[in-house]
Amino acid sequence: MAHPISSPRPSRPGISFAGRPLALLAAAVILALGAWACVYLYLRGDRWIALILFLGLLATVYVFTSPRVYPLRYIWPGLVFFVLLVVYPIGYTVYSAFTNYGTGHMLSKSQAVQQLQSALYAPPDAKTFTFTAFGDPKGKIVFLLKGADGQLLLAQDGRVKPLSADDPQPVSKDGGQTYERLGDLPAIPPLKLIARLSQLQNQTFAYGESVLSISSLNQFSEMRHQYKYDPQRDVLTNLATGKEYRPKDGYYTSADGQTLSPGFTSRVGFYNFTRLFEDQAIRGPFTEVFIWTLVWATLTVVIQLVAGLALGLLMNDPYLKLRNFYRSVLILPYAIPAFISALVWTGLLNTDVGIINGILRHIIGFNIPWFQSPFWAKVALFLVNLWLGYPYMMLIILGALQSIPGELYEAARVDGATPGQIIRTITLPLLMTTIGPLLVGSFAFNFNNFNVIYLVTGGNPPMVGAQTPAGHTDILISYTYRLAFEGGQGNQLGFAAAISIVIFVIVAVISLIQFRFTRLAEEVSTDYV
Amino acid sequence: MYSRYGWLGQLWRQVVVWLVIGFAVFPVIWIFSASLNPSDTIMGQALIPKNATFAHYVELFTSTDHPFGLWLWNSIKVAGISAALTVLLASLAAYAFSRFRFRGRREGLVAMLIVQMFPQMLAMVALYLLLLKLGQYVPWLGLNTHGGLILLYLGGGLGFNAWLMKGYFDTIPRSLEESAMMDGATAFQAFLRIILPLSRPILAVIFLLAFIGTYSDFLLANIMLTSRDQLTFAVGLRIFISGMYSTRWGAFSAASLVGALPIAVIFYLLKDQFVSGLTQGGVKG
Repeated sequence: MAHPISSPRPSRPGISFAGRPLALLAAAVILALGAWACVYLYLRGDRWIALILFLGLLATVYVFTSPRVYPLRYIWPGLVFFVLLVVYPIGYTVYSAFTNYGTGHMLSKSQAVQQLQSALYAPPDAKTFTFTAFGDPKGKIVFLLKGADGQLLLAQDGRVKPLSADDPQPVSKDGGQTYERLGDLPAIPPLKLIARLSQLQNQTFAYGESVLSISSLNQFSEMRHQYKYDPQRDVLTNLATGKEYRPKDGYYTSADGQTLSPGFTSRVGFYNFTRLFEDQAIRGPFTEVFIWTLVWATLTVVIQLVAGLALGLLMNDPYLKLRNFYRSVLILPYAIPAFISALVWTGLLNTDVGIINGILRHIIGFNIPWFQSPFWAKVALFLVNLWLGYPYMMLIILGALQSIPGELYEAARVDGATPGQIIRTITLPLLMTTIGPLLVGSFAFNFNNFNVIYLVTGGNPPMVGAQTPAGHTDILISYTYRLAFEGGQGNQLGFAAAISIVIFVIVAVISLIQFRFTRLAEEVSTDYV
Repeated sequence: MYSRYGWLGQLWRQVVVWLVIGFAVFPVIWIFSASLNPSDTIMGQALIPKNATFAHYVELFTSTDHPFGLWLWNSIKVAGISAALTVLLASLAAYAFSRFRFRGRREGLVAMLIVQMFPQMLAMVALYLLLLKLGQYVPWLGLNTHGGLILLYLGGGLGFNAWLMKGYFDTIPRSLEESAMMDGATAFQAFLRIILPLSRPILAVIFLLAFIGTYSDFLLANIMLTSRDQLTFAVGLRIFISGMYSTRWGAFSAASLVGALPIAVIFYLLKDQFVSGLTQGGVKG
């Protein structure tokens, strides 16, 4: 690629802070912040993130001090963002495509075990206690419990212990029916606890093997831990029933197939891909979405091309009056952000109140169900996308027409060709070599044209009986979006990632074709000109 | 291929053109009319409204339920900052790729283009989780923040824009920098004082392209932003109108026109650059 730099070579200094106190200060502040963040993350337990940050800092220092990698200094800031926001998300998408990540499987395995271990149940023989609360209704509260046998217990700081002589003593005026104070602390009337009840109910107090917690405004109940985890065998045992649960397909599962929630993220291999073909309830909708995506992208390009070609030929006509003015007006749809146009068109096409149906009622006497029938919804999408996209086609065709040398036309005319023949044999073939790659690009763009689909029809009307949320006008990218963020069955993130990868493979193949096409076009056009 | 034709030929061509123009401008004219119509219903709207009023426009900037002024400002802020940072980062990288010869340069350029082939929105799940995680450490870069959204947009077109800019830098003769360096300037000073001022046109075009792209984004903003006061214009407009075409048509029309105006103005000002950029598959100076 091109020529090496001639002398003088640009100087490649190490960093010198002499005479640049501000730069020195900035570097010092950044390093100090970075170092602090590393320590903070490490202490929080996020060792991996701390390590990556630390290595990143080291690399940054190296890049900005070593003269050997001087050019990297310019690329470094962009590179950091590029890796964080492009490379890492791609890698993560690929990774999660092979997991069951999503609602019900959001936690890591150890987090799920931890959560299950803290689950409690009320044993049939649970003891109950009446209680009195003391202290500040909004601040720290100490509980005095009284068992069925009359024994007094003190519940504070997450533990329960018998009231001993060293503790503050309760003061009662009615011989132990009710209490007024505990040492210096005043009793809190139960009604004042209502506001905090739900929070207080989550507080547990260790009591031997069990825990105690508030079960109603005047009662503490005994609860037991439901599961015991054996890290050696990786088995959770239900202490109430004695049943054992082993990890399987993202859930702890018993021998008779019972699963425990929450599940955890686990690798599922190619399951997300194979279910596209094997799971009946998914294969049907997916196939329809897939075919519609191809039809949508292909037909859109064809329709826009025909319109663009006709307009391009018209607008290139030197004898057409006012053509420069027309050009400026005709590109108006291109000047408006597509999301606005799409929403406006949705209003114009509204079945009951839209102007289009208003006009049609006058002409043909009935409404067209634009968004209720799968067929008309598709027609509506093509119509809207024609409006959005024909200016682009017209512009690139106008540009391409101007690059066709006039001598070719002269020569053809001298040989007696008719205008129709000239268009067929000269204009169109030459045009295609120039705009061919752009058409492929347009195909790829519409393949992922989320805005138009989502804002005009939202993928609707819905497919009946589809297990995953899918509509008759959903394309792959909007289907992915709905799986990930709108699912009626929660967010199926791993499955959505798998479809992302399917889309990517298709787009990559298209781009490859585009590269070939471009090269081909270049060769052909250099032959001609 | 064109030959002179009589008035009949002129006539049918003019008729065709005017039909297409009708198709092109009809939605714009119709919502302009709706925005001036005192009623908010879509029914019974006449093309030339009786009792035309600017009430809908006033409502946009005074209503507390749907703060369009704020949403517009959010969009401009997010798009402006991310476009400016994109230009900054891309120009630095482009300078290195254009002016230095180093190991891995070719591979870097190719890798940049290949990786950028993966449309950013396909990684939406990963980006969502990235912000979720980031927000736990740096609250202003988390979900539902403009900082986080700007960060995501930075990744979007960085490689592609750096590539475009490099092409432009390549056309600037080296002799200018060389003489500056003779006089003792460092490479960075040459970049700052010579290359950047000379590339103002491409910097402006890339800034505006990035601005328009970000301003028009719906998908990422819709995923990341949730609370009303944080929304960008695109997300706000969609929430405002969804399913309520029969009752909010007037205000919606006014909002659409106001939201489209800045982009349309930029577009018409830069029309020639865009058009030449389209046919060359990239913007060149």
